[in-house]
Amino acid sequence: MVEWTDFERATIQSVFEKMDYDDVGPAALSRCLVVYPWTQRYFGNFGNLYNAAAIQGNPMVAAHGKTVLHGLDRAVKNMDDIKATYAELSVLHSEKLRVDPDNFRLLADCLTIVVAARMGADFTADVQGAFQKFLAVVVSSLGRQYH
Amino acid sequence: MSLTAKDKKMVKAFWAKVAGKAEDIGCDALSRMLVVYPQTKTYFSHWKDLSPGSAPVRKHGGTIMGGISLAVASIDDLSAGLLALSELHAFKLRVDPANFKILSHNILVVLAILFPNEFNPEAHVAMDKFLAAVGRALSEKYR
Repeated sequence: MVEWTDFERATIQSVFEKMDYDDVGPAALSRCLVVYPWTQRYFGNFGNLYNAAAIQGNPMVAAHGKTVLHGLDRAVKNMDDIKATYAELSVLHSEKLRVDPDNFRLLADCLTIVVAARMGADFTADVQGAFQKFLAVVVSSLGRQYH
Repeated sequence: MSLTAKDKKMVKAFWAKVAGKAEDIGCDALSRMLVVYPQTKTYFSHWKDLSPGSAPVRKHGGTIMGGISLAVASIDDLSAGLLALSELHAFKLRVDPANFKILSHNILVVLAILFPNEFNPEAHVAMDKFLAAVGRALSEKYR
């Protein structure tokens, strides 16, 4: 069981409440595809991923970025049992999508960078700590059902 | 994953834009590292004050950024340019090289905060590769 302080709970709710999902989701996924180009292996049918401009302008990337970010909502609403909340999604990513779980960590890092850029000085060291801890739990839960 | 000519060009151009704030970047990155990755505090037990933005943190952040500046200038031969620093880290400081990745991540977070428009995905990938290369060069003399 993950222990959350009051500060961490409040921070996670606040960060996601203020977040513009339509902006952050696409930005995080497209950044991941540019910074870690091998992640493109999962998006062979997304069309033009030829360069950074193409990736950032690709509507399928944008749509999928929003999907992924909304997927985090479940964890935000169920912070006390993220592992159970994501059990099914973990099986999906392992058995159907066959995503190397290390990619969850890479996307989480890009999401951190994008949220930092949007929040600016409000993304203090303590907020960063809470946000990264939350994402680490999500990443671990998504990798849990792999065998 | 070595630095291409395009990466080097991007790093030099980006560094030129941000170098003016080097001390702030170093101070904030180090402050964040000590808060978010508390195990890194073990290297600084000799400091009176490890709180974000404290005097020793600011001073050491500046020192680290000086090293990054040297690395940018030595980008065509990081091993040679960072030889003395590698020996320092290997034989005297003995910082576990895993921590280079941790500090690099925090530098990237600070760059995103201070330069949200300039730190676009292309600048990000070049800087990420560059800081990884710096970490490798610093690790060279370890064993």
